[in-house]
Amino acid sequence: MVAVIEAHGLVKKFGDVVALDGLDLVVPEGTVVGLLGPNGAGKTTAVRILTTLLKPDTGNATVAGFDVVRQPNKVRGVIGLTGQYAAVDEYLTGRENLRMFGDLYHLKASYVRERSLELLERFDLADAADRSLRTYSGGMRRRLDLAASLIAKPSILFLDEPTTGLDPRSRLGLWEVITDLVAEGTTVLLTTQYLEEADQLAEEIVVIDHGRVIAKGTSDTLKDDVGGDRIEVVLTDRGLLERAAALLAPVATGEIVTDHEEARVAVPVTGGSASLIDAIRRLDSEGIDIADVVLRRPTLDDVFLTLTGHVAEDES
Amino acid sequence: MSAAEKTAGSAPTRSRPIVGWGVHDGLVVARRNLIQTVRVPELLFFSLVQPVIFVLLFAFVFGGAIPIPGADPGSAPDTSVYRQYLMPGIFGQTVAFAAAASTVGLAEDMHRGLIDRFRSLPMSTGAVLFGRTFADAARQILVLIVLGITGYLVGWRINDGVFNATLAFILLLFFAYTVAWVGSWIGLYMPNPETANTAGLVWLFPLTFLSNAFVPITSMPDWLQPIAQWNPISSLVLATRDLFGNPTGIIGDAWPQQNPVLYTLISCAVLIAIFAPLSIRRYRRTTAR
Ligand SMILES: Nc1ncnc2c1ncn2[C@@H]1O[C@H](COP(=O)(O)OP(=O)(O)OP(=O)(O)O)[C@@H](O)[C@H]1O
Ligand SMILES: [Mg+2]
Repeated sequence: MVAVIEAHGLVKKFGDVVALDGLDLVVPEGTVVGLLGPNGAGKTTAVRILTTLLKPDTGNATVAGFDVVRQPNKVRGVIGLTGQYAAVDEYLTGRENLRMFGDLYHLKASYVRERSLELLERFDLADAADRSLRTYSGGMRRRLDLAASLIAKPSILFLDEPTTGLDPRSRLGLWEVITDLVAEGTTVLLTTQYLEEADQLAEEIVVIDHGRVIAKGTSDTLKDDVGGDRIEVVLTDRGLLERAAALLAPVATGEIVTDHEEARVAVPVTGGSASLIDAIRRLDSEGIDIADVVLRRPTLDDVFLTLTGHVAEDES
Repeated sequence: MSAAEKTAGSAPTRSRPIVGWGVHDGLVVARRNLIQTVRVPELLFFSLVQPVIFVLLFAFVFGGAIPIPGADPGSAPDTSVYRQYLMPGIFGQTVAFAAAASTVGLAEDMHRGLIDRFRSLPMSTGAVLFGRTFADAARQILVLIVLGITGYLVGWRINDGVFNATLAFILLLFFAYTVAWVGSWIGLYMPNPETANTAGLVWLFPLTFLSNAFVPITSMPDWLQPIAQWNPISSLVLATRDLFGNPTGIIGDAWPQQNPVLYTLISCAVLIAIFAPLSIRRYRRTTAR
């Protein structure tokens, strides 16, 4: 795999604030890497350095083989950037915005016309194409913003929290578009605070906090780091908790935890649904009534909590 | 996915225009800024209202109370003389205020993240600023036309031929372009558009009032007179009074007052030579906050 984006030991300070504290990052060609972190983790700063908007204090980075500090114009020629906040002109129409950005990418006028049409349709903006952006909703602006970064069909795309502030339907639509882009060969670096989003889109997830990588891997390997699956059984009679725990001991791969308050037994397992069936049979054969039973897989929220000691904040 | 569908990075680029990419990009940005003028007529309307109100205020309210030494024929101030004297002052003040539009415009672009996006494009550095200053100066053409008509209605006249009057208007537009660079530089330091609204204007009031725009310099306290005489707005206003054939009042001994056109041109050139590089330098480092 060829690395299209590579960063080594990026450090960026703003006065006393250390926004990046030695960030390393590798994004292989044609993949999506998700940069996941809470508010202030340094996601935007990292994106700004990689897109040539900021210079790192120390460390270096290349995009498509071009050095972001020494060859910024080369880098700009191959990337598309959708920043954290929609960066489009309020007074122009959707079409005029796309034309302006197309012109500034020095693209052929005829190509810009066709491409704009295609993007406006793809992003569900065809009807609003000739309206001033002052009449657009936040979601429409965000979609146009993404369209603008795609006008030159960049092979490398930077998306800084692309779905923050979108409703669930628009979010799903955007996920689809990103998946399509990757299918077309685009390499994507995506930042997000939504764990679900990283899980959905990114092959590799890089978790950062306080400007440093604290974990990375696929969403599965990250979940394994936190521990495997867990069966949670809620009983109708909390007096039987101890007996249930004893019955389930052979299924468990770790320490069984009982919660008297909730009448719940939590059993760590590795066998997935087979262990679940086994556990239910054992309880059933002794006539213990089950109010509720689930096989719980760790979420990225659990990952985050384990790694950082605090929950990822949700902006909404 | 077949190879045929791998289309990323395949957009066709156009060949380099004869004027070069710098001018091309600057014009793209200028067009965008001028479209804004058309789309938001309120903005243009209010930028016209202020100078028009000034014309009416000075012509009808203060006019009789401000004597123009060396221009008034008799002992009592002549209002029609003052109106002739006043209009170039209003023109000068108005074009100076073009700077505020650049300050606010750039602060807004920065706030909206547009500057970030422009900076991430492979466009020429400086095009955003050249486009901005060009558009802000170009907008003044319309403003000067409306002001000229208002002036005509209250008795202002062009007395020295179309050629000289054209020179006067060109000088005014060049000055507008110059202060747009100063305004841009200020704009790039603004933390938000609200601050830009204030900061874009504060320096312009003392600058325009410490000049011969509305009152003769000879009527100012002695210690202020040198400042007013070396103020580029004074030389601009004096130069246009001359070129329009309007009364100039008593002309001071200071070199700028003796050579108003030359001094105005030199001031503009120096200011652009200072503020264009400063602004571009700042632009290359700025990011949205
Ligand atoms: N221009 C700046 N001046 C001063 N401090 C800054 C600047 N930009 C970022 N910071 C600080 O650097 C740290 C990292 O900021 P950054 O914007 O990269 O975080 P983020 O992960 O994008 O957060 P969010 O999820 O809120 O967008 C924060 O503490 C922030 O306050
Ligand atoms: Mg951010």
